[in-house]
Amino acid sequence: MSENTVVWEVFIQSKNGLAHKHVGNVHASDKEMALQSARDLYTRRNEGSCIWVVKAEYIVSSESEDGEAFFDPSNDKMYRHPTFYTMPKGSKYI
Amino acid sequence: MNEQKFQEKIDLERKIEPKDWMPDAYRKHLIRQISQHAHSEIIGMQPEGNWISRAPSLRAKMILLAKVQDEAGHGLYLYSACETLGISRQELVQQLHEGKAKYSSIFNYPTLSWADMGAVGWLVDGAAIVNQVSLQRTSYGPYARSMVKICKEESFHQRQGYEIMDEMAKGTPEQKEMAQDALNRFWWPSIMMFGPQDSDSPRTENSMKWKIKRQFNDELRQKFIDQTVGQAELIGLTIPDPNLKWNEERGHYDFGEMDWDEFWSVVNGNGPCNIQRLDHHKKAHKEGEWVRNAATAYSKKQEKVNS
Amino acid sequence: MSLLKYTLRIADSSLILAQRTSGWCSKGPTLEEDIALSNIALDLFGQANGFLEYASKIDGTKTADQLAFNRNEREFFNLQITEQKNGNFADTIVRQFLFSTYNFLFYTALANSTDETLSALANKSLKEVKYHLQHSKSWMLRLGDGTEESRNKMQTALQYFWQFTGELFEMDEIDMKMSKSGIGVENSLLKLHWDTIVNEVIEKSTLKRPKDEYMQTGSKKGLHTECLGHLLSEMQYLPRSYPNAKW
Repeated sequence: MSENTVVWEVFIQSKNGLAHKHVGNVHASDKEMALQSARDLYTRRNEGSCIWVVKAEYIVSSESEDGEAFFDPSNDKMYRHPTFYTMPKGSKYI
Repeated sequence: MNEQKFQEKIDLERKIEPKDWMPDAYRKHLIRQISQHAHSEIIGMQPEGNWISRAPSLRAKMILLAKVQDEAGHGLYLYSACETLGISRQELVQQLHEGKAKYSSIFNYPTLSWADMGAVGWLVDGAAIVNQVSLQRTSYGPYARSMVKICKEESFHQRQGYEIMDEMAKGTPEQKEMAQDALNRFWWPSIMMFGPQDSDSPRTENSMKWKIKRQFNDELRQKFIDQTVGQAELIGLTIPDPNLKWNEERGHYDFGEMDWDEFWSVVNGNGPCNIQRLDHHKKAHKEGEWVRNAATAYSKKQEKVNS
Repeated sequence: MSLLKYTLRIADSSLILAQRTSGWCSKGPTLEEDIALSNIALDLFGQANGFLEYASKIDGTKTADQLAFNRNEREFFNLQITEQKNGNFADTIVRQFLFSTYNFLFYTALANSTDETLSALANKSLKEVKYHLQHSKSWMLRLGDGTEESRNKMQTALQYFWQFTGELFEMDEIDMKMSKSGIGVENSLLKLHWDTIVNEVIEKSTLKRPKDEYMQTGSKKGLHTECLGHLLSEMQYLPRSYPNAKW
């Protein structure tokens, strides 16, 4: 939400050994802030993840489709998971 | 020629990606829809953010904060998706501030008690989920992918709300009364989230043709009502619609007439919190200006030093 | 009971700072920063919860929630810096930076506690606080060495918050007892390292370190600034209004 911030595309390696995946972008004024924002937004601080941020202007695209990117939330905050909640017996569609 | 190829792609359930040719009207429609979806997530942080400082237990506080934080994240995913269509986040925020872009009317209602946190999670997120599950199959790639990501996170939101309502409904008489009151105030506004009746919606035709929209408003509204009635009954709360009745023939619940005057009034800017929500957003944006300027100034200095 | 009070001090600082930080929700200077501050608040609530659960176990009669929502102003032992208002973004960043530097050093030392629970809690919290420190450090630099307007706001904030830094390194009888038995931290020993980190960042941010003049004190005895009462009124309102309700 800024007049002059730069758009950075974000790539996450969720586990050691896996390839980095594109997950979206962040707006930040410089690369350190971009990394921090990417960490806050796309990893909820998953341990062992590696983040790449690249200024959007440096991405060169072919005409092919972008790969799909998915993200798994951290295991540390169980209340983000639906299984954490006790639902009344017999409840449906929730 | 392009139009024909484009429509063929749509008809074959292929995804349209940012670099693909698209009719100008398709692009404009998407910018409007995705940005309004994004604005809704961000404005939606306010009515719930209202109760973070007063959440009645540590667990409730953390859960509510995580939920509202998620909403900020969803807004960000959606702004990202919208930017692929050739518009900046800054322009989108300006449109919001100038009243050129709207956000979901439900957020123009105030959250008056802790039970509202239950009602909002259960009903508002519940309605949003019905809509968003459908949108996972929308034709524009970046929008569809953000919907998939959002849906994964959204189900905890609804459970959080329903759990609050359940606890209160079986709690003290005051808690039960508070829960029922919240349901009474949020039921109809939640139903209105599905928009006007399809017969009154001029954009629906193109939207369905281009597979931006995958199901009709009335269809989604009916789905939400059908799945929610049982949930209310299970926890002993009464939905404030005397005309609500199971129709064996249709296989759906019949329900009462919505107050369309109220619906259009709030959509057009005359709801309880319209002025407040926008003022809050503008204020935060304005007060943050010196911070954003400082960050930019610093990065420019660093660039000079490093060059 | 010394261990109880000692644990409550740690819990309370996290809880009160979390309460303050969460106040930025939907008001951040950018959306990204809104998320960052909420993350920090969540971490701090989590830490508070951990220490309060332990305090509850030691106490034996009250739950963690009861400790959070039923004690009054004179029974809270958070460091006074944590209860100060958010103010503008510069105020918040300076508050976070000065406290997080201390918190990082404190947890590093507490990780060696002979008390297993405190040690485990400290280790878990350390990972999070490292990030809090990095976050506030980044902003100290950008706001200190940004524009003239941002530098002025930062200097003003630094001037205000400096008076709360003396408390961080105080040692009273409880601290000394805990430290002697290997359970607690010798706060006074943290000061040298704290000064080094803080001085370096202040200098890099083109700011000036304020003089060590009057230092606020008293939180170890439950003495606070006028801020705390208002914060607790808001935070504790629901459980206190409905004492028989379960939430």
